[in-house]
Amino acid sequence: MTETFLFQAFVYLLAAVVAVLLAQRAGLGAILGYLIAGVVIGPFGLGLIGEEGQDVLHVAEFGVVLLLFVVGLELEPSRLWRLRGPILGLGSLQVVVTSFTIAGIALLLGLPWQSALAIGMTLSLSSTVIALQLLREKGVLNTAGGQSSFAVLLFQDIAVIPMLALFPLLAVAGAHGAGTGDDHGGMTLIASLPGWAQTVVMLAAVGAVVVIGRFLASPIFRAIARTRLRELFTAAALLLLVGIALLMQAVGLSSALGAFLAGVVLANSEYRHELESDIDPFKGLLLGLFFIAVGTTINVNLIAAQPVTVAAVVALIVFVKIVILFALARAFKLGIDQSMLAAVTLAQVGEFAFVLLAFSSREGILSSDVTAILVAAVALTMALTPLLALLNERLLLPRLGTRERQEREADAFDERKPVIIAGFGRFGSIVGRLLTANGVETVVLDNDSDRVDILRRLGLRVYYGDASRLDLLRAAGAEHARLIVLALDSPEKTLEMVRTIKQHFPHLTIMARAYDRADAFDLIDEGVHSIYRETFDTALRMGVDAMRLLGFRAYQATRAANTFRIHDDRALYELLEVRKDQTLFISAARKRIADLEALLRTDIEDRGLERDSGWDTETLRAEMSGAPPPSS
Amino acid sequence: MRILILFAHPALEKSRVHRRLVQAVASLPGVTFHDLYERYPNFHIDVDHEQRLLREHDLYVWQHPVYWYSAPALLKQWLDLVLTHGWAYGAKGTALQGRYVLSAISTGGASSSYQRGGFHDATIQDFLLPIRRTVTLCKMTYLDPFVVYGAHRLQSADLDNHADCYAARIVALRDGLEALP
Repeated sequence: MTETFLFQAFVYLLAAVVAVLLAQRAGLGAILGYLIAGVVIGPFGLGLIGEEGQDVLHVAEFGVVLLLFVVGLELEPSRLWRLRGPILGLGSLQVVVTSFTIAGIALLLGLPWQSALAIGMTLSLSSTVIALQLLREKGVLNTAGGQSSFAVLLFQDIAVIPMLALFPLLAVAGAHGAGTGDDHGGMTLIASLPGWAQTVVMLAAVGAVVVIGRFLASPIFRAIARTRLRELFTAAALLLLVGIALLMQAVGLSSALGAFLAGVVLANSEYRHELESDIDPFKGLLLGLFFIAVGTTINVNLIAAQPVTVAAVVALIVFVKIVILFALARAFKLGIDQSMLAAVTLAQVGEFAFVLLAFSSREGILSSDVTAILVAAVALTMALTPLLALLNERLLLPRLGTRERQEREADAFDERKPVIIAGFGRFGSIVGRLLTANGVETVVLDNDSDRVDILRRLGLRVYYGDASRLDLLRAAGAEHARLIVLALDSPEKTLEMVRTIKQHFPHLTIMARAYDRADAFDLIDEGVHSIYRETFDTALRMGVDAMRLLGFRAYQATRAANTFRIHDDRALYELLEVRKDQTLFISAARKRIADLEALLRTDIEDRGLERDSGWDTETLRAEMSGAPPPSS
Repeated sequence: MRILILFAHPALEKSRVHRRLVQAVASLPGVTFHDLYERYPNFHIDVDHEQRLLREHDLYVWQHPVYWYSAPALLKQWLDLVLTHGWAYGAKGTALQGRYVLSAISTGGASSSYQRGGFHDATIQDFLLPIRRTVTLCKMTYLDPFVVYGAHRLQSADLDNHADCYAARIVALRDGLEALP
């Protein structure tokens, strides 16, 4: 049944689409949907997917790498530095206290101390994927609780490294070294080196990631962007991440941690938004796959055979984790609701537990019975998290009634500025410069990599990317901006953007550059009213200067131009009505000629536009020569 | 009485007095507030529109700071272009006949400086002569002006007080409660 790749892909995708759709409808969130899909198609469900679910898990773990890269992209180094307190304080306390508490309970249950300690450490970890996905889904990543959760997760990711070093020592059956074939399995490459040399190599690898991110990535991305081949850019981004993952594995570090580091280093780069939106679909799909794969490993038969045991273990794990984290968060001066948010978010056991449990089982640290129950329990805690979050949100929080003010929001999203300028070429740059000169903060989107580079060196906030893409607009803060200036070269792109904005950000006021009159008509049809024909004002100024050279007074010529501008604006709308009546088969060129003719006609007819009769003394002189002069 | 406030301030964003005065009257019912510098930043006045507005109202308030003993440039431009011969004045110019004009102005100098022998050696009424004559020539009645003296030294409480007085005067005029000359 499961031989062909296409069949497998079909099963996974079908399960994902159906289950996630149903889960979303039921308000359960995507993660639970994926997990259920996994259970259904897995060896313990319909059996459509066999033991290869394990292999899929390894492929899908790359989704975790991508996720951490994107998380890193959103986290500027300065912000990471600001989080150093919670990371080292809250994070380390959570891992240590939870590890020893769970280990103590395991000891009481009669397990040997090595097993107890292994279980404690394994279960102290939380799932970065689930927790972050949850925080983002609920939009609370930037609250105090969300930030604390994030800090704890970061520390856990780092803590995994010493844990992996510690586990072989716990092995009662004598340490064979590592080599689990997992995320951290590449230890063999430097395992033969002495301890200090291993440390040096690890530090060098981390240094290499920083150097690549800071000095090499930008020029390479720039060169690639210049080719204007979207897929090449995506390929380069993936290449960078796969490369970093390999490097990290080779020196025995977490590839997810490496990707996170690369993300942080690139967070200040102009390609940040572009990278984010390019990686996003891969990240989403792979994470979905990851959760499905986890679902396939849940042994439904075992749960059915020992429901009480499994349920008790799950309840105990979740209870201990919540209590400890809640207490610690309160100790770190978080509000009750924020502490609860952090505790519930991190109540599950992390995906890393599967790796550690597999290792422990193989090395004889844990018996296979215990391992089987724990695997099932871990998967269940993951599945429970969205439900717990839902309970917390719907039942608990409303009763607490002490919603913390979300003060961090402002500096976390500092590019949510009031004006977005799409296109910073010969048109948009003038608009942008005027606004900047008057203290208006702007976010600029441009797809000319050379220009982006120069502008950034001048200290402007410019991002590289195709401004018409919804995800880029969202990343630039379109949801919070008040105004968007469309100054693109291409009328087609401008129209496309107008439609996207009208659909997704109806609150945004659109100002659009129009190529010519026909283009202006199209924009009016789309409901845009602030339209600027790119040559109109310059041509008008040239007309004024021509009049002056012919001997008109400067102010007279200027007044004439002002009057003409008003007249032309009105004529534009009148012409629009006329065009609607015209036959559709008239060619564009003929249409332009017809427009011009109609315009010239109104120019001649509209002579009565002379508005300066207040300075015209003709009637006054006539009156004074005949009638008695007014008293003055 | 239908009231039209013609407001002329080239730098409202820097103003203390007029911002408060505007707040007090701009949204009063039965009052049309017309911000000239906002409408005509290029001094290109739409005469037809302005004359239509004048026809639709009975009392015009010319609200502005006093610059060099006179009105800001745009209000002068407005007078030049909107009050045309044969419409506002002259033998056939009767469009504004019977209407009223109120100046609502602010001065930097204190009221004591606007006296014969004082710093400016003349009263504010003296300086308003060109405007009063313009109003008279257009067959309208010029009311006793509303003046805020010493604008630079006013405290917040003083500003509130002036704004309240201004609004009260406008309301009284609107409702016909002020005795007219």
